[in-house]
Amino acid sequence: MKGLLVLTALFVAVFGKKTFEGDQVLRITPKDEAQISLLRELSEQEHLGLDFWREPVHESLPVDVHVPFHSLQGVRAFLGYHQIQYNVMIMDVQDLLDDEEREMVKYRSFPRSTDDFVYTNYHDLNSIYSFMDMLVAENSNLVSKIVIGQSYENRPLNVLKFSTGANRPGIWIDTGIHSREWVTQASGIWFSKKIVTDYGRDPVLTDILNNYDIFLEIVTNPDGFAYTHSRDRMWRKTRKPNSGSSCVGVDPNRNWDAGFGGAGSSSSPCTETYRGPSAHSEPEVKAIVDFVKSHGKIKAFVSIHSYSQMLLYPYGYTSTPAKDQAELHELARKAITSLQSLYNTRYTYGSIISTIYQASGGTIDWTYNQGIKYSYTFELRDTGRYGFILPANQIVPTAEETWLALMAIMEHTKNNPY
Amino acid sequence: MASTGDLEPTHYPARRAATVALHYLNTHHGSPFRVFGLQQVHKASAEDVAAGGRKYKLDFSVTDWASGSEGPALRCSADVLFPQTERHSGPEVQLRCEALQQINRTAQEEHAFYQRYISPDSAVSARDIPDSYGNVSEEMQPFWRLARVAASFIMLRESSERTEFNMAQVASVAQQGSSEEQLMLEFVVLLHDFPSQEIIQWKLLASWSPDRGVRVLQTEWQPRCPHATKPPN
Repeated sequence: MKGLLVLTALFVAVFGKKTFEGDQVLRITPKDEAQISLLRELSEQEHLGLDFWREPVHESLPVDVHVPFHSLQGVRAFLGYHQIQYNVMIMDVQDLLDDEEREMVKYRSFPRSTDDFVYTNYHDLNSIYSFMDMLVAENSNLVSKIVIGQSYENRPLNVLKFSTGANRPGIWIDTGIHSREWVTQASGIWFSKKIVTDYGRDPVLTDILNNYDIFLEIVTNPDGFAYTHSRDRMWRKTRKPNSGSSCVGVDPNRNWDAGFGGAGSSSSPCTETYRGPSAHSEPEVKAIVDFVKSHGKIKAFVSIHSYSQMLLYPYGYTSTPAKDQAELHELARKAITSLQSLYNTRYTYGSIISTIYQASGGTIDWTYNQGIKYSYTFELRDTGRYGFILPANQIVPTAEETWLALMAIMEHTKNNPY
Repeated sequence: MASTGDLEPTHYPARRAATVALHYLNTHHGSPFRVFGLQQVHKASAEDVAAGGRKYKLDFSVTDWASGSEGPALRCSADVLFPQTERHSGPEVQLRCEALQQINRTAQEEHAFYQRYISPDSAVSARDIPDSYGNVSEEMQPFWRLARVAASFIMLRESSERTEFNMAQVASVAQQGSSEEQLMLEFVVLLHDFPSQEIIQWKLLASWSPDRGVRVLQTEWQPRCPHATKPPN
């Protein structure tokens, strides 16, 4: 009885509690029948809010009790006074619950469909690859996945093919060739969902897809992308080591066989614009080269970068104007007018060399010289405030406005077959 | 390849010069609650000068990033001279912006910020602003702006016709003990140079108070693995 008085004296008024912070679970080992009785009396004190996980039954069996924080001092005093042995099994119940919640969320946040997928945030490589598989599974009559090669570190180079019939000419879009340009891969994901959503609903896109295939490579540089997640958010290049140097990686947008080795790329492996030992030395680049050549009927090629809000056409390696400069210039103007109509985002446009800088060995210079007339490079948002680290809440607006420009290019391609 | 005479305002020669003028503007008028970004170049021209450099004349607009997503545009004109010297020396800028003096609305915020952090036991320290996902907490916004202003001193000094600098990220900020009633902050900033695409790391010590504005006391270029090469220029 005295013990209970002690307890009551130490009793703290119960107040409403939403969490289990500070609660503990004690494992009590009663040594005789007398202690069992005491514990039973304790269990009847409702104001303590005790929750027995194992009831006091027999002296050989442990008694586990969840003790709310406000009762802890009293209960421990009670046990101490009566010399009842116990140890702390769970130091803080809320901590344990938090850990468990985190684990559960990790699994819960694996989207079960592309409708569940969170387009408003950045994702890692595994999530993006899972997304692709889900998209294909949900739209198997429209989308398939092609593996065009392997990265240096043996990651698959996945391309989504959107097709409604055989032997069609194609339109190519790639994002993420420079791994730190995260808004581009994120936009690529959004584009792929947009295509499956709009096919059969939007007359212009439906018409495009009834005549052309669309090829979309979302993570064009997966090794670099993985590296931006694991080690260096600012990584741009591939991850292939360079012989004779401690510096890693080649700029995949200086590695193409168009003005390769000229001014506008670097010969030093320790620079961001290192062109590589030879044209197409990077497997990520070679895979696209081989794909384009063997396809033979790609009619538009769009390579997407960030940042600086520009739409660019060839050339980068020479100031000689492209043969189709006038048409490309006018189409670029139309495309960015569409883009701007959505959120008033201002874009600059022109040839690479005059607008941004001289760059040799660039993607669209090669594709243009292969005869792919509608070859364009985008530089997406922003203009330097956040640069590569564009806030995630700008992913969808960026993708939405860019899509309008892409549609203008694709529609023009379809209406002007060559 | 340098063009002379009227320049296409949206192309890189004009833009690089305007960016230099922008950095100059921020060194003079930036604060934890005011940092400018280039909005548009309206007109630009360039000419060779007798001593061998090139002088750009610019007409452009800027916006204050601190005043919401797109505050009112401020019209500026500038002369930017890139001297031609054996060793690199920074560009010289003459700048006129309309209505700059009238922007006093930040005085209260600056004062509150100053009072909060000038106390002897204030020891702010943080990394990666923004984080990889572009997040900047409310509390860190003024520090990001301060870093951007302080970085502008370096960006201005390091600029040439072949560079175009932005601040890519604040790698770290560590408050030092206040001195002479100035907030003292040690920043490590990552600068991005557009033409070379390089990320260049600088450590710097900056002071700030509402009265004295931002001053940069020390700067130190830091190598970044694996590109442990000499700094540009």
